[in-house]
Amino acid sequence: MLMTADMAYDTGKAQTKRLARRVQRDRKAVTDGQDMTDQTAWMLAVRDARDKAAFARLFDFYAPRLKGFVMRGGMDAALAEEIVQDVMLTVWHKAAQFDPERAQVSGWIYQITRNRQIDTIRRTGRAMPEELKHEDDHEPDAGQVLAMEQEAGKLKQALSRLKPEQRAMIEKAYLGDLTHQEIRDQTGLPLGTIKSRIRLGLDRLRHELKELREP
Amino acid sequence: MSEITHHIPEPMLAAYAAGTLPPVFETVVATHVSMCATCRAGMQAHEMAGGAVLEEGGAVDLSDALKADVLALLDGPAPEDRPAPKRKGIYPGPVMAALKNREPRWKSLGMGVRQSILMDGPDGSLRLLYIPPGRAVPDHGHNGIEMTLVLQGSFSDETGAFGVGDLEVADEELDHTPVAGEGLPCICLAATDAPLRFHSVLPRLLQPLFRI
Repeated sequence: MLMTADMAYDTGKAQTKRLARRVQRDRKAVTDGQDMTDQTAWMLAVRDARDKAAFARLFDFYAPRLKGFVMRGGMDAALAEEIVQDVMLTVWHKAAQFDPERAQVSGWIYQITRNRQIDTIRRTGRAMPEELKHEDDHEPDAGQVLAMEQEAGKLKQALSRLKPEQRAMIEKAYLGDLTHQEIRDQTGLPLGTIKSRIRLGLDRLRHELKELREP
Repeated sequence: MSEITHHIPEPMLAAYAAGTLPPVFETVVATHVSMCATCRAGMQAHEMAGGAVLEEGGAVDLSDALKADVLALLDGPAPEDRPAPKRKGIYPGPVMAALKNREPRWKSLGMGVRQSILMDGPDGSLRLLYIPPGRAVPDHGHNGIEMTLVLQGSFSDETGAFGVGDLEVADEELDHTPVAGEGLPCICLAATDAPLRFHSVLPRLLQPLFRI
């Protein structure tokens, strides 16, 4: 049977409605009890409802910081803006890959930025791990999302409490100015509990994927 | 499958997240992370730390038109994407990417040992090694760092036993003689940032020939 324009429109509308419901459910699930950060809420609205107003707010928050970050890595302003443009467009187009159960928007954007920068330098691009992805009807675990937010908050506090020279060292490491031989085992950042928390999110995901693969 | 017990050293995980590892090591790290939830969590923790640095650092004003330009592009086509390579048999996605999605091209090194070179250049080399059960890889030292990740079977040396997913990182200090375990042939992904040093004469003569 051929699909008429009207039917296509209806299907599209139904899809949008379903997405909007999912966003509401995600937000409600997460906001029961405690608030998630604006950044996470905007990102979920972009991911699930393709919300351009939410994207504009993400842009206002991250684009100037991203430009500053890239310029501190030694890039001039014009090139930095090219990177900002590419990264923010990737955030829009690849929003489906964002998973608040094991990543924060800033970490996700950081990773996209590093990929983009390496792809410019190297012909072959960056070697990347296999992707793990939830099924589309996955119910988010609100407790896990909130715990990730809390860990991110603690991490930022820890960063702000470091001595200036220690903080400068960490900045250098994550800007890509240090080799692995130059990075010491102890960076001064408490990543242990964050790792355990992300691991919980991953185990849940792996369990889900295993069920999918082994019916 | 038994639990992975040999993981990526912390500085390498941080350097992977920051994108500063040479490509041959980067491929080994991406492959191990594809097999190991512990190190995937570690990698993502470092990405979170990178995100915190990005978020907490200073902002720089954008040129006036940038936001409008980006918003105008949202409805445009998504940029061309490099599809993430998929695992094939024992070879995880990053290995398949290095193999350009083809089968390994094995070359004999003698005594049943085979190799397939994936990358070779001034920044180091990356290869697959095939070692028959019970067979030893010639005693060797390193000028730089060697990373060896088991994809099938197992091996053991002076430092311990390594099964599927386990990663050995050896430096100049370590002279070792890895021996493949019984059972399946041992297939490893091995990266070095400098040529290996063999101690017996024959492999040393063969070294330039086989690009080890």
